[in-house]
Amino acid sequence: MIRTLLSRALSLILSLVVASVVIFVMLQAVPGDPAAFMLGLNAQPDTVAALRAELGLEGSLPARYLDWVSGMVVGDFGTSYTYRVPVSGLVADRIGVSGPLAAYALLLTVVLAIPAGLIAASMRGRAADWGVMGATQLGIAIPNFWFAMLLVFVFAITLKWVSAGGFPGWSDPVAAIKALTLPAVALALPQASILARVLRGALIDTLDQDYIRTARAKGLSRRAVTVRHALRNAAIPVLTILGLQFSFLLAGAIIIENVFFLPGLGRLIFQGITQRDLIVVQSVTMLLVFAVIAVTFLVELAYTLADPRLRRR
Amino acid sequence: MTGSRLSVAGVVGGGLTALCLLAAALSLIWVPHDITVLTIADRLLPMSATHLLGTDHFGRDMLSMLMEGARTSIAVALVAVGIGLGLGIPLGLAAAAHRGGWLDEIIMRGNDLIFAFPSLVIAILITAVFGPSAVNAILAIGIFNIPVFARVARGGALPLWTLDYVMAARVAGKGRFLISLQHILPNITNLLIVQATIQFSLGILAEAALSYIGLGAQPPTPSWGRMLADAQTLIYTEPQLAILPGLAIVGMVLGLNLLGDALRDALDPRLQRRRA
Repeated sequence: MIRTLLSRALSLILSLVVASVVIFVMLQAVPGDPAAFMLGLNAQPDTVAALRAELGLEGSLPARYLDWVSGMVVGDFGTSYTYRVPVSGLVADRIGVSGPLAAYALLLTVVLAIPAGLIAASMRGRAADWGVMGATQLGIAIPNFWFAMLLVFVFAITLKWVSAGGFPGWSDPVAAIKALTLPAVALALPQASILARVLRGALIDTLDQDYIRTARAKGLSRRAVTVRHALRNAAIPVLTILGLQFSFLLAGAIIIENVFFLPGLGRLIFQGITQRDLIVVQSVTMLLVFAVIAVTFLVELAYTLADPRLRRR
Repeated sequence: MTGSRLSVAGVVGGGLTALCLLAAALSLIWVPHDITVLTIADRLLPMSATHLLGTDHFGRDMLSMLMEGARTSIAVALVAVGIGLGLGIPLGLAAAAHRGGWLDEIIMRGNDLIFAFPSLVIAILITAVFGPSAVNAILAIGIFNIPVFARVARGGALPLWTLDYVMAARVAGKGRFLISLQHILPNITNLLIVQATIQFSLGILAEAALSYIGLGAQPPTPSWGRMLADAQTLIYTEPQLAILPGLAIVGMVLGLNLLGDALRDALDPRLQRRRA
């Protein structure tokens, strides 16, 4: 048990180190000098040199890498080239949008997928099953940003129920949640479709087991068997997929935030790219990768703890 | 009854896929109207006999745009699948041939690592760093196909290595490389074909997303994602410009997914038994 945990933790740290090296090296390959870019065409060479030093662009590659990583560990993400403010401050502002958006989308995913999966599995082969399977097949094929555009067209432009984009801030929580609703729905649709299909498959697998037949023979109702026995055993594949989906939600949010002009982390990365604000891109990407790797680790940990059979491996 | 319905889905999927592939292939030699000619007088025409799907805000024929867009999207996704197959299969076969050895360990840990990255984030990063272009979009999507195929190839190959005829080949003195090539690979093609269909459809979606945010194929090359981006500002008045390319993406992806499911059911005897 302890050994399993230790080896998992070790591979977590290793993944993070390799990920940080990859991201760092990749962004060093970007052509152009950020300092020269910031100061414009007429800058004096010594001004550029001074700014390079200020931005931490001088020094050997390994030294700069260590500088960046050790900064990240204590929450110092560097200074934005464009805004001249700490990246950590920008990130803190934007997490207030991206975090709730991802959580909202995840919630919708679960709320939509669990009933759909349950219905499909317990009505296997019947009309309701075919309906759910058809709808989820379509849900997977629809690009979320296109779905977002359709939602804007129907609910914002035609029906005028919500605004087409932007974020009013959390001072008015109702307006804030309203502004996040269409983006969350757009993000949740494909994920809910995938989850519903996984849940259906897992439930069908467990419903075919002998102990389910025993439980039925003892006189438990179909419903009780499905909820009490099958749903619990389907938890592992569902948890695994949910962990993976977090990664898709983060990445999907980059695009969805751009559709709805939401000031989140995705927009921050995107602005960083267009403004050549590479330290922002580097640090925010690392943060997203960290979030994904950490969530995957926690999910694995959760089901190792939940399932006694996995503990000894 | 179940079997016939599934094959209906397979036929629909195959039909949709074939339609998109044919449209893309046809666009190489013929499109209804030349899309490099901008006729502003013909802008935003409704559907008619001359312009079956109407025209866009530059007066370009939408059907022709969709056909050429299909070519870009399909080419990007297809080459990305090729990268995954070309590098992933050898890696997966090598890992299986040296099961438990250091090579297996390195390959599989490398796979886990790529899986740990949010693929679209890194794809965005790659295209952003090396400049937006169709080639960089292919690379960005293709890299993430490698571990997928490596895993499928390894997973399919491992049980084969324990079979008697492989043992016999080893005893006869055949090397691991030749066994992988002559005995293992032909027996995992089914798995690889199914996975390739799935990755193809994911590639179409990824390409659409990248070109939608301006990091894929560059104008004037049309692509479905690019067309959606152009349509976004016009959605208030001309929703059909956004609806048509979206439907094309959904049709292609849906077709590939249905086809992939049908192929898996048809090629995997274990699933057939369970379905019956």
